[in-house]
Amino acid sequence: MTTDLTSRLAEDLDGAFPDLVRELSSGLYSGALRMLGDHHEAEEVAQDAFVRAYRALQGYPAQRIRELRLRGWVWTIAANLCRNRIRSRARRPTGSFDGIDPPERGDGPEAIAISTESVGQLAAQLLGLPWEMRTAVVLKHVVGLSYDEISDALDRPPGTVRSDVSRGLARLRSALHREEER
Amino acid sequence: MNLQSELESLRVDAPDGLITAVLAETGLVDRYAVRPSPLGDVFVSFNSRGVTAVDLAESAEAFERRFQTIYGRPVVPVDEIPPPVARHVDTAIREGRPGRLAVDLSGLTDFQQAVLRRTAMIPRGEVRPYGWIAKEIGKPGAVRAVGTALAQNPVPMIIPCHRVVRSDGTLGKYSLGGAENKRVLLEIEGLDVDGFARLAVSGVRFVGSETTRIFCHPTCRNARRITDANRVEFGSEAAAQEAGYRACRVCRPSVAA
Repeated sequence: MTTDLTSRLAEDLDGAFPDLVRELSSGLYSGALRMLGDHHEAEEVAQDAFVRAYRALQGYPAQRIRELRLRGWVWTIAANLCRNRIRSRARRPTGSFDGIDPPERGDGPEAIAISTESVGQLAAQLLGLPWEMRTAVVLKHVVGLSYDEISDALDRPPGTVRSDVSRGLARLRSALHREEER
Repeated sequence: MNLQSELESLRVDAPDGLITAVLAETGLVDRYAVRPSPLGDVFVSFNSRGVTAVDLAESAEAFERRFQTIYGRPVVPVDEIPPPVARHVDTAIREGRPGRLAVDLSGLTDFQQAVLRRTAMIPRGEVRPYGWIAKEIGKPGAVRAVGTALAQNPVPMIIPCHRVVRSDGTLGKYSLGGAENKRVLLEIEGLDVDGFARLAVSGVRFVGSETTRIFCHPTCRNARRITDANRVEFGSEAAAQEAGYRACRVCRPSVAA
């Protein structure tokens, strides 16, 4: 399906691009949502990633477009945007009282406790995973990319991605187990 | 339920507006809003490159259908026009010139773009013949093609194709609701349409001033300042030049070939 889409993009970018957006939008949005934990930011990231992808494709020769592994490539852009969001959150803590920085969202037990109520247990536990594991697990099991595609997207060797996914799953299991015991 | 299928269930649909927002941002779908104009409400569409169409249509559905047919892409309504367009669109329609408003002519041929860019510079309340546009863009033989290009002007009123008329003094066709609207727009701009037509019918194409020895298109702002006592009329550029008059540099009645 995506092979067909890449050749159509190569021949008629403007005609085929809407199909790319339709095909990848649910995965891109869901992936960004589970990495960032925020609907609004996920929508912005997904939109920005598609627009950047389009502008990049405009400058690519047809042969290069035909050879793209589309989903992994679009996720290269999107994963970078997600990481930038996380970094800029860390740089500018907001809403702190008494000069005490609030916990960085998505990386501490407090964040998990807060978001559990609103977004569901598993989604909250995902946000508690370290970044490498979180991105690998989300891309593998929420978005449904192959290890090779994830390796492209995150610029990590496939072996590392596999181990990030399995360590991430193990952490989620034990975290969920602890929740149940409480 | 095992963990992996629980993770799969965290996949959700993208928000409704996402696809449209992406396509609008990349210029692959246009958005539109209704704006006031001298001819009544018009539909104005735009994308990230600028305004793409101005149209009088009987309904939103009719406009959307016509847009899809002409441009081969969809157009969707918006409640709020983005600031760069909103700031300048009403002024552009009211004044009959793009001004600071970006207009997207990217789907048109180079010839069509040249015709429209030249037309955009005709001052309010003045008219020029089709043949003058042809000469100005360096295609003196392409008078009919100029008419066709103007008939396909995607942004009437913003690019004032109503200011291009036939040299015999009749107004010629107008794409936005017919020839009568052309007269309405020109009269709103203060042009004495009947006076201009009478002059043209009597064979007058240019007027000159005996004091300055300069000749102009009859509706040029310089021509309108000529007093009756000093006013001379010419049937052609050649006649004016033979009489020792030079062409006005504002309305350029004579273009060096």
